[in-house]
Amino acid sequence: MSSSREQILRTADTLRWELGERFHDTTVEVLYGEAARIAGNAVTMPGTKPRLNFERMLDRLATNRWTGFPFMFLILAAVFWITIEGANVPSALLAELLLDTLYPALKSLGEGIGFPWWLNGLLFDGIYLSIAWVVSVMLPPMAIFFPLFTLAEDFGYLPRVAFNLDSLFRKAGAHGKQALTMAMGYGCNAAAIVSTRIIDSPRERLIAILTNNFAICNGRWPTLILIATIFIGSLAPAHLSGVVSSLAVVAVVLIGIFFTFLVSWGLSKTVLKGEASFFSLELPPYRPPRIWQTLYTSMIDRTLIVLWRAVMWAVPAGAVIWLVSNIHAGGISIAEHVVSALDPLGIVIGLNGVILLAYIIAIPANEIVIPTVLMLTVLVTKIAGVGSGAGVMFELDSELATAEVLRAGGWTLLTGVNLMLFSLLHNPCSTTLYTIYKETGSAKWTTLSAVIPLAIAFIVCFLVAVCSSAIGLA
Amino acid sequence: MRNIPEQCEVCPVNKDARLVRLGASFANSDVIIALAGNPNVGKSTVFNALTGLRQHTGNWPGKTVVRAEGAFSFSGKRYKVVDLPGTYSLLSTSTDEEIARDFILFGQPDVTVIVVDATRLERNMNLVLQILQITNRAVVCLNLVDEAERHGIRIDDRQLMRELGVPVVPVVARSGKGIPELLRNIADVASGAFVCRPKREWTETGSLKKAVGVLAEKIGTEFPGLPNIRWVALRLLEGDQRIIDAIRSGELATLADRQVQNGREEKEYVVQS
Repeated sequence: MSSSREQILRTADTLRWELGERFHDTTVEVLYGEAARIAGNAVTMPGTKPRLNFERMLDRLATNRWTGFPFMFLILAAVFWITIEGANVPSALLAELLLDTLYPALKSLGEGIGFPWWLNGLLFDGIYLSIAWVVSVMLPPMAIFFPLFTLAEDFGYLPRVAFNLDSLFRKAGAHGKQALTMAMGYGCNAAAIVSTRIIDSPRERLIAILTNNFAICNGRWPTLILIATIFIGSLAPAHLSGVVSSLAVVAVVLIGIFFTFLVSWGLSKTVLKGEASFFSLELPPYRPPRIWQTLYTSMIDRTLIVLWRAVMWAVPAGAVIWLVSNIHAGGISIAEHVVSALDPLGIVIGLNGVILLAYIIAIPANEIVIPTVLMLTVLVTKIAGVGSGAGVMFELDSELATAEVLRAGGWTLLTGVNLMLFSLLHNPCSTTLYTIYKETGSAKWTTLSAVIPLAIAFIVCFLVAVCSSAIGLA
Repeated sequence: MRNIPEQCEVCPVNKDARLVRLGASFANSDVIIALAGNPNVGKSTVFNALTGLRQHTGNWPGKTVVRAEGAFSFSGKRYKVVDLPGTYSLLSTSTDEEIARDFILFGQPDVTVIVVDATRLERNMNLVLQILQITNRAVVCLNLVDEAERHGIRIDDRQLMRELGVPVVPVVARSGKGIPELLRNIADVASGAFVCRPKREWTETGSLKKAVGVLAEKIGTEFPGLPNIRWVALRLLEGDQRIIDAIRSGELATLADRQVQNGREEKEYVVQS
């Protein structure tokens, strides 16, 4: 039975030999010729109007060698500025509702029912407060940022970004399509890892996977925006603070792009040696975005899904935070033990023990880092009048109040800058790592994709700390 | 083709009476549809318009890299829709092209809907012709006709239909214009009411034609009832490893069997990626 099949294959081999090498090209030529003929017969262009003038002008601006990058920079800055300015009011409203009104009500409800103190504490001081924090800190910037980003995507701006970055990627020894997967990473790194499938060469695909982390994901945008507002925006006069903080976020994005190139280049010169392959990139026509559908899908697909994920992680994290701050060993809580143990390392790299502990607790999801940092800061510094016990999240109705808490916890400009850098550079979240493992099927590359960014994060933060103390900033 | 007046297309009663979007519940489907096309021609938008799902759409090529599946019911039949990654051709060996090719060939969809960008017909036609070599049950969905009009491009869809031998339906997927027509044509091809006759002979010239003929005869004897023998022969001559494996393992025979039975049982097909 199988011999007749083998015979078919042998016949094919013989015939292939007889036909020579040219026939594949001929087949493709014939195919293209036929396609051109059929299309030519069906298409008429009365008056043959050229592409719309507006689109041509826009493309000249967006993909020009000189104006392309400033244009990209301006669009990014505008998006962040709208996000930062717009998020203030709803943030304060949400905080008032969830933290000032609902939280005391729930607590007295718990006492009324007769919950034991530890249950009341675990449920409301731990779990509820961390959820409330996540919602009030994250929801407003997300609800503004994601629709804006989706509009730009729907409009057709992303391929232009890829076009601008293509030559840089090739110089770094990577695939030009990596620009697209990087853009995807600005939404979610895990989704972007899957999207690297569009890169054919395994070498270049691995480079894209290993460096995708430097594209700031959904979970990290709120952290960066908040810290930029508190520490960098507040340095500027009030009417300029929005602009200054959006420029700070843009700067972090550009640093991320810089590290994408640097690490891609490093990898392609060492463990992943090889030539960059060519590809053709199609610049699609600009299409008027569908506003309502964009609003709907970015609310459902991005904002609510990300928020839901954050809340799901906030529940166990809130419980852990409350437990580590209320279980005592040798007179002080576990949290304080860990924080003081991590402090020396934290200080060396311009952060502190609280931030490092928060990162450990928040490893499953980047989204809850800031709430965790704030809860732990209050706990360790024991700020009077804020919160009502160990591990209790406190009422903050504005970013100013957040800033006060953080400054009381010994935060400086350096801490803020380094937290932004650390947030940009540190290892990807557990979901992304799992996706990398599934896509590469290799424990080695998965480990590397966590270790490389983490090492870079520590080194960069350390260098910044050293430099700033050298010039007497901190 | 245009016997439904335009008011009816946008009339909610018409749509609701015949099209029921089933979202992601595609168990027990009667008909399986594959959505193929170049990158960024609106496959996901067509997918959403058919299934009522909200697969994320974006204006850039390469957005869909994994298959998305959804379902709808139309005139009492249940349809399962598989959204394939966009590709320019089925000739090379990148993962996305392989997923698309393998599904059209080995997944044996009842109808392959080829979504085409009306503003870039010539480039899109390369893929259409390649797909029509594999399957003869296809509908061409001429999408973005509004954009083409904006650019002063007019497309004679009847002429196109005569040349290709399969239905060609002008559509604006974003607004849902032409979707009822598309549904009717899909249903006709699936039920056999419309018999597609795609032309295939043009691919082979001179000595190649002879070689393909010799090989096709052998393949036809080994795997009777195969719907695309000459294409398989051509791929074999090109040394396509996936086809070589399918012949060696006899996987091709299962395709022929399905064709003979013409059975409508649920075909589970898993893409190895």
